[in-house]
Amino acid sequence: MPAFRFPVPPSSEITPKNVFLNRRTFMAAAGGAALLPAFPAFAEGNPDAKKLTATPSTFSTTDEKTPYDAVTAYNNFYEFGTGKEDPAANASSLKTDPWTIKVDGLVNNSGEIGLEALLAMPLEERIYRLRCVEAWSMVVPWVGFSLSELIKKYDVQGSAKYVAFETLVRPEEMPGQAGNALEWPYVEGLRMDEAMNPLAMVAVGLYGEVMPNQNGAPVRIIVPWKYGFKSIKSVVRMSFVEQQPPTTWNIQAPSEYGFYSNVNPEVDHPRWSQAQERRVGTGLFAERIPTLPFNGYGEQVASLYSGMDLKANF
Amino acid sequence: MTLPQFQNRVIKTVPEWLVYVVGFAPAAWLIYSAFTGGLGFDPARALEKELGGWALKILLVGLAVTPLWHLTGINLAKYRRAIGLVGFGYVAIHLATYVGLDKQFDMGVIIEDIWKRPYITIGMAAFVFLLPLAITSNAASIKRLGAATWKKMHRLVYVIVPMGALHYVMLTKTWQLEPILYLATALLLLVLRHKMFDFRTRPQRRTAPVGATPAA
Repeated sequence: MPAFRFPVPPSSEITPKNVFLNRRTFMAAAGGAALLPAFPAFAEGNPDAKKLTATPSTFSTTDEKTPYDAVTAYNNFYEFGTGKEDPAANASSLKTDPWTIKVDGLVNNSGEIGLEALLAMPLEERIYRLRCVEAWSMVVPWVGFSLSELIKKYDVQGSAKYVAFETLVRPEEMPGQAGNALEWPYVEGLRMDEAMNPLAMVAVGLYGEVMPNQNGAPVRIIVPWKYGFKSIKSVVRMSFVEQQPPTTWNIQAPSEYGFYSNVNPEVDHPRWSQAQERRVGTGLFAERIPTLPFNGYGEQVASLYSGMDLKANF
Repeated sequence: MTLPQFQNRVIKTVPEWLVYVVGFAPAAWLIYSAFTGGLGFDPARALEKELGGWALKILLVGLAVTPLWHLTGINLAKYRRAIGLVGFGYVAIHLATYVGLDKQFDMGVIIEDIWKRPYITIGMAAFVFLLPLAITSNAASIKRLGAATWKKMHRLVYVIVPMGALHYVMLTKTWQLEPILYLATALLLLVLRHKMFDFRTRPQRRTAPVGATPAA
């Protein structure tokens, strides 16, 4: 990390550059103001959503944030459909209250933790890059805390080598689960040392409000140095296990999605290059951005993989 | 008025150029939307995908002309050239979007894509095969090549459309209904060309009606 960090103004004070650039392109193209309402408002967020109080984090990037409207309109969340707009269209049916995460496996004090307890943790706003395996990316101000803070509440046995996560299964509220695009429940996992890295995060909100349903409400995991599908949404179970747990996309296509799935510009997806990414919300002619190893978080996490062949363990 | 009489009257009144106007309307709307924010937050990708989808739909309509004639006696062969050329137009704009907006003219990356990624290899091959068909879609070419040769050459489209659909099937991360439907429809339309599905009973069986371009 650089020694000096620019002060980070609160989210509300930033007008993302791409928003006004988009406006300019648009004004030039349309030559009128008739279509102005089609553009995102400058006051970002959902006025009806419950607000969260969070302190800024030193882990935050100074990259320009992706506008709220894009973060909440362009999602991969197959539980609500395979299209990018499906989650925003269908996720309102999801009931997130009451919500508990079951904690079990190799732990001496297994049990359940409710959403209220998670929201009562000291919350931070962490502006992270999110790199999807499909070669698009976003910059999202998540609200939450380090996953290690949650894990430390539990007396995890020494034999636990991995932590496994599970997403809710409720087909009556998650229409995508009526189909079999993936095996349900969606499952993910991390090695214990990955999970304990302070960058790995439990997120309960974004842009200063509780997590919108389409982004994985009410609680999800964020692992910013891995492809987005590792950051499991709407978590209902956390299990400590000895063996590497099965993970959904790895089950789906083992040759395309590995257990680790660290962001790596050198290892192509079999069907596309991972060397560059498109930053969502930056417009039709936005330049491609070079993808960084570990999504730019190498300084914090590269040591977790020292001595490992990252091409074999993709 | 019988159905064939009715359709003959329709064919006389509806000009071929209308196919181009109607056919390219979605493209005009998509391009307008891409510039004005109507295609969401990843507009280059959305434009590319939508244009590809329309290319497949229109080429499938072109493939349906003969089975429709065989099954119902309705003969739209007069419009087939226009349908095919509109389909080619969509393929060309789809490709231009990939080259210009998606890959931003990075030829190294594009060549690597074609070389390394089978779905792009297949898509690009489909375009390359379609190109000579588009170029020879005119009366002068039919004359120069001879109708028989021309017809044989244009049968390439039986391979091209399934290739285009396969390109889409291979592109999605999971087995999705939409791309599979395109491929299934293409294969079904090829099967329906078989003469066992030719239910026409009229004496002019196997001869083209007035105003039809040679069958492809």
